[in-house]
Order: sequence, then C-alpha cells, then structure tokens
Amino acid sequence: MTAPLIRIEHLTRQFQSGGGFLSRPRSMLAVRDVSLGIARGEAVGVVGESGCGKSTLARLVLRLIEPTSGRVSFDGTDLATLSATALRRMRRRMAMVFQDPYSSLDPRHTLTQVLAEPFQVQRQPLPPGTIAALLAEVGLPEGLADSHPQQLSGGQRQRVGIARALALRPDFLVLDEPTASLDVSIQAQIIALLADLRGRLGLTCLFISHDLGLVRYFCDRIVVMYLGAVVEVLPDPAAAPRHPYTHALMDARFAPDPAQRKRLAPLSGEIPSPFALPAGCAFAARCPHATDLCRRESPRLSDDPAHPVACFHPL
Amino acid sequence: MIAPVRALQRPQGGLAGLWLALVIAAALLAPILSPYAFDAQDLPNAYRPASAAHWLGTDEFGRDLLTRLVWGARTSLSVAATAIAISVFCGMVLGAAAAWFGGWLDRAVTVVVDLTWSFPEILIALILVAIIGPGTLGTMIAISVAYLAQFTRLTRAQILTLKGETFIEAARSLGASNGHILFRHLLPNALAPVLVSAMLATGDAIILEATLGFFGLGAQPPVPSWGGMMSAGSALVFKAPWIIIYPGLAVAITVVAINLYGDALIAALDIRQKLRRSP
Repeated sequence: MTAPLIRIEHLTRQFQSGGGFLSRPRSMLAVRDVSLGIARGEAVGVVGESGCGKSTLARLVLRLIEPTSGRVSFDGTDLATLSATALRRMRRRMAMVFQDPYSSLDPRHTLTQVLAEPFQVQRQPLPPGTIAALLAEVGLPEGLADSHPQQLSGGQRQRVGIARALALRPDFLVLDEPTASLDVSIQAQIIALLADLRGRLGLTCLFISHDLGLVRYFCDRIVVMYLGAVVEVLPDPAAAPRHPYTHALMDARFAPDPAQRKRLAPLSGEIPSPFALPAGCAFAARCPHATDLCRRESPRLSDDPAHPVACFHPL
Repeated sequence: MIAPVRALQRPQGGLAGLWLALVIAAALLAPILSPYAFDAQDLPNAYRPASAAHWLGTDEFGRDLLTRLVWGARTSLSVAATAIAISVFCGMVLGAAAAWFGGWLDRAVTVVVDLTWSFPEILIALILVAIIGPGTLGTMIAISVAYLAQFTRLTRAQILTLKGETFIEAARSLGASNGHILFRHLLPNALAPVLVSAMLATGDAIILEATLGFFGLGAQPPVPSWGGMMSAGSALVFKAPWIIIYPGLAVAITVVAINLYGDALIAALDIRQKLRRSP
C-alpha cells in the first residue's frame, strides 16, 4: 500500500464551555486520540450519533479549527507547520461540502459569484465557460447562473455547494452530512451524483454521516465513533460488526419490508455527559455485554490491522 | 429591481418619495428658484401674511418666508444627512472591528457604546455643542456622535450573527483571506439593515438639528435653518403665527415622509426580522 493521502495521528480537540464570574470553565474532549489514514482514491466513512465529534473531526482534518494535540498530514505535509499563505495554497487540493445548503451559500451572491469565488480567493484565472461546465457537472441548467440561492430548492443548493467544492479540482473532499438536511428522495439523487463524481474525478473522500446505510453505500471503509473516540473500523462496508455499539447502530435501522421487520431493541441507558466521561469504556453504561472490567478500564483500539475494535468483549 | 425603487412602488413609499424629492430639489436649487435673497430685509413689509409677492408671507424683518424655508431646508437636510453619513461610516468601522477582532477591543467598544446608549441623543448633542461651540459644524459633529452608538451596535450585532453562518466557514475552507471574508461576505450582508436604520435616523436627526437650532445652537443668523426660524417665530405666535407654522410643518412632513419611505424600504428589503433582532 502506498503512503496515505491523509494521515491523522493522535488527533485530540478539547472544547471549553462556561467559565463565568463564579463558575469554573468545564472542558470536554470532542475528539479523543483519533488516528486514521486515508489512501488516495479511498472513501472513508465516519458514523456516530450526533455530538460524537464527527463534524469536529472533519473540521480538524481541514484545519478549519486547530487541534489541541496530534497532527494531520496531507500528502506528506504536516498541515500545522504550514504558513498562512502555504495553507491557503494547499486548500486548492482539499474542499468541503457542508451539511446545511441553506446557510452554506451567501444569500447576496449569484451562482456565478459563488462558483467564481474559489478561483478568486486562490487568485487563479477563471477559464471561460467554467461556470457553465461546473453547473452542468452537478446537473444544473446553465440558466440558473444568475439566480440567487433563495430561488433554488435545497437539493439544487446542495448541488451548487458540491460544484463549488469541486471547482478547483481538489484531490480530497470532506462531505459533512451532505444529505442530512434534504428530503429522502433528494438524498438519493445527491448521493448518486457524489458517487458518480467521485468515480470520474478519482476523489479521496471523508464522508461524515449519522446514517450507516448511506455510509455503507458510499464508502470503502467505515470508522465508527462514540463520544469522540474511534470504537471500530470496519474494513469493508459488508463486514460484520464486532463492537456492541456498531451492532446496535446496525440493528436500529427500520426495514422497509414489513415481513422482515423485527422488534427494535433500542439501547437502554444514557449517553454519559461528554464533560464527565466515566473511567472505563464510554459505552459501558449502555452496553448489554459490559462487565466490571469495562466499567473500570478503558479499552484501546486493537492493533489488528484487518479490523480494529476498541472493546474487551468483541462480538 | 433594486429595493429603493421597489419601495417607491408602494403607495406610502411613493408619496413620501415624492415629497422628499421635492424638498431636496428645492434645497439644491434654492439660489435659482427664489427671486429674493434669504437675508434681504424689507422692514416696511414685515409681518405680512401670504400674498402673491410673498407666497408664505414675510417674517419680522420683512424677509420672504418661502425663500428662507427653502434655504433652511438646505441647512437642515445637509447637516442631518452629513451627520448621519459620518455616523454610519464610523459606526460600521467600529462595530465591524469590535465584532471581528473581539477580545479587549470588543469589550471596550461595547462599554463605551452602552454608556452612550443610556443617555438621550439630545443630551449628548447638547453637551457636545456646548464644548465645540454653536454653528453648523458643531451641530453636525454633535449629531453624528449622538447616533454613533446606534450604528455601532447594529453593525456589531449583524457581523456577529453573520460570522457564525456556514458560508463564512465555506469561504474559509476555500482559502479566503480575512479581508475577502469581511469585504465580500460580512459587510455586504450587514449593509441593508444599517442603511435602512440610517434612513430612519436621518428623520430623527432633522428633529435634533431643529431642536438645537431652536435653542440657538445651530446655524447662526442670518443663515436660516428650520429650528432657528421656529425659534424666531415662537415669540410671535399670536402676532404672525405663519412664521413658526411653516417651518414646523416642513420639519413634520419631511420627518413623516422619511419614516414612511423607511418603512416601505424595510418591507421591500424584507428585513423587519433583522432590525428587530439586532439592537
């Protein structure tokens, strides 16, 4: 295997909240010691419940926020060592599609202005015909070029967001819940578009989602996060889960066919507060297989390169 | 079509716009329009009511009232508009800087602005005119400082809200510089509510200018201003009521027109929500 395009090493991000006149600030680890490599052309999915730190991870990887510790290398370059100018140049090679297509486009800009912005900020000439080509690439008619985002539907806006991300032909694309704000029927179209573009442009992707089904469809490898830490890495989308949390996530899907429908076994217990994590495994309180060991000690992600899992009692 | 034009298409906006256009045109063309000089005294013809020679009558020195009213519009409107323009510019710079840089700068600006905000504009203006001295320039500076807090607060609130929008993060992810984000995204989006609020503040500023003029702190005689004319007329309410009535009407109708047009502009821009949220 060649060197990965993205190498994430022991990435940690702490957030502080509160801290007023008489109260001390509380801190939480949104991302705890995450290490991950993404090979060129690979699509890695990150799944987990809301608040598990997956969006923070996405922003850390692109250095939109600074890590508390750990590092991210892009094509062999540690992003933290780059100067502001060098980082800006590096941003040509990586892009992000955001969750909310309603606030990710400036309401005062026309689509032409939105799609010209990447060239503008990178001080690159805008080749003639680029705007029309970008619109066509994401399946939007050229006639929309002078419209404002408010005149577009959610699905159309997300297509614009994708076109903007792809404008400078990046190597690496971060997709932060690109379909979570859309209707289910539109979701399928957007995912199909992304899968098509990924194949055609040979993109390396980091796909953030809470929807395991989408991630299994789109990705080559799946990282499962729970309260800021990686609990399991599924080597392929069809792999059987080994961590009880992943198992529960897969079990929690509704089957469309009533004949296949089984009783849902929802997780009992509460998610621990990220401000006061328990001493042992963070999942122990909700885990049906938890033992005293789990409540006492925190399991580390196993070294097994084929299928790492952070559990004392993997399934 | 752009919002200021769309505002004119609403009935009250159109009517208000018509009046404002009339007053502004008269003020600009004052030297050409009027056959009299604003300070030409004609004592035998003092205290005359409206007539063919003097359409609105004459004042205590026999000066033509319409001429003085039109020249007064020149003083009052230019002082109010210039003062608000200065205030908006400085307020946007201060507010944007406070919201953008945060930290001690934001705290300092907020404290000063909140302190000023807690005094009525008239008090601030009076104190400042007392320090600077009466006259057109003094009034102008006093009014612009009196309204500074309003625009600083509004701009700061707008920028703070906009800073959290995803399209700012998106621009950053493309490699946009701070200048690009500030001038291409933040300020253009903050501009509409600030300009509407400036429009409405101009109405208040005309009243403030007239008030200062009434106290004898504005433009000094013989230069006419609406407030100064009312001040002169106040002693003669029973002898020659038209001397105070016409400038009073001019102030009232102009301020109402500005407010009506401002309301139409808010409706045309669809930003009622933003204005309510900010201050």
